[in-house]
Amino acid sequence: MKRVAIAAYGITPFSKDDKKIESILFESTKNLLENNPKIEKNEIDTVLVSTNNNSKYLSPILSESIGIQPKIAHSIENLCNSGTNSIVSAYSYIAAGLADIVLVSGAERYDSPGQILEWDNSRGEFKHPIFWASIFTSSYKRKFGISDEELAMVSVKNHSQAQNNPNAISKKTYSVEDVMNSKKITDDLKLLDCSQSCTGGASIILASENIIKKITDQPIWISGVGQKTISAGFTKNNSFNSMESTKIASQTALHMAHKEIHDIDVAEVHDAFSVCEPMALEAIGMANHGEGTKMVKELYETKNLMINPRGGLIGCGHPLGATGIAQTIEITQQLQSRARNRQVENPNTGLVHNMSAAATSSTILVLEK
Amino acid sequence: MSFESEMSKGSFVIPQCSTCQKWVWPPTDYCNACFGKISLKKGDFQGRVIEFSRQNDDYFCMVEIENSFRIMAKMSDKPKIDQIVKISKCGIEDGNYYFEIN
Ligand SMILES: [Zn+2]
Repeated sequence: MKRVAIAAYGITPFSKDDKKIESILFESTKNLLENNPKIEKNEIDTVLVSTNNNSKYLSPILSESIGIQPKIAHSIENLCNSGTNSIVSAYSYIAAGLADIVLVSGAERYDSPGQILEWDNSRGEFKHPIFWASIFTSSYKRKFGISDEELAMVSVKNHSQAQNNPNAISKKTYSVEDVMNSKKITDDLKLLDCSQSCTGGASIILASENIIKKITDQPIWISGVGQKTISAGFTKNNSFNSMESTKIASQTALHMAHKEIHDIDVAEVHDAFSVCEPMALEAIGMANHGEGTKMVKELYETKNLMINPRGGLIGCGHPLGATGIAQTIEITQQLQSRARNRQVENPNTGLVHNMSAAATSSTILVLEK
Repeated sequence: MSFESEMSKGSFVIPQCSTCQKWVWPPTDYCNACFGKISLKKGDFQGRVIEFSRQNDDYFCMVEIENSFRIMAKMSDKPKIDQIVKISKCGIEDGNYYFEIN
């Protein structure tokens, strides 16, 4: 199997702008190519598009709009972890020898149809993500005796960290009190506990070992990949206070990378709602069960940016198909020491956690210098 | 008789495999274990509240039906964890199922 590395990236600001999906895809790809003049666009032999948008044939459309004729071009959709699924597909094409340079471009509009899985009728009339998030939150608080204030710290930390990220949708910091006083969505969820669906694009180029040196001096290797699907329906989760798919995917990815969890210096975790961050930290093994919020508080108080340095989904916004790619770009920048005022000190190994629909499925990537 | 035609009439039935007897949820035409044909089982089924929260005046509950599968259902009174409940109302509106319990 060939080794695969990340060679380049491009991203758009995340916003509530009303833009065509094709324009969003083009924008982050243009940004990538303009910032990486060593990449000859005609050498891109595969184009994968990650989105939940209902438009068809977007990968050939993107290819035509940047003036290339790749061998392989198609879309990938898997709700909120479409982005990392696309990266895993790109990895697989290269590792198998079917492609050498793959462009993965993710894009979403603020009104994405990927927010609600219509098929999941077991949830009755409670299909919006706020309902699974409320059940997770209620269950997590009950199981571990955690307060709303402790969970609010996730939002405080991630909005604060987003202020160092010019592409983030959040332009403000908040206190625990602000989060507690924000609009009540349900008994267990305030508005500031939620990430917001938004418009945004993120693109990345993966390349094989024999090509990578020609296009970048700072390749970031994908050394671990782990994925797990438990179900499609939310009601099939075994537990509502832990993330089984994330736990299994994390073990698989770390095993593949020959790493232990304490080797991870920086991580992006999928904080779609406040409760998701402690649950993810526990599932990947960074915190003991029920102690995720304690870790979040310590990180915030010591100004340690190692978890969600770009501001996570809560701070950045959540353009579904672009999120996993934006998370991967952040870890890449961190490992290249190019994260500017949000740089974690000299990281060697990073991790990306991206999941869909109440952690019914998860993807974990381990990245290394 | 299909699951959805029964639901539309406000009747909650459980899809069961005619071959291996497994309860199959969510409703489909064939068993997800052995691909046997599904038949519909009528009954006075019990549920147990395993988690809940509230939006405005309505509680929404994760309910485990007959220790087998789960649905999310609306309840007007405050539920208790492990409370035994029955489906008092169900149906399909705009393609979405709805369940009420008491
Ligand atoms: Zn069967």
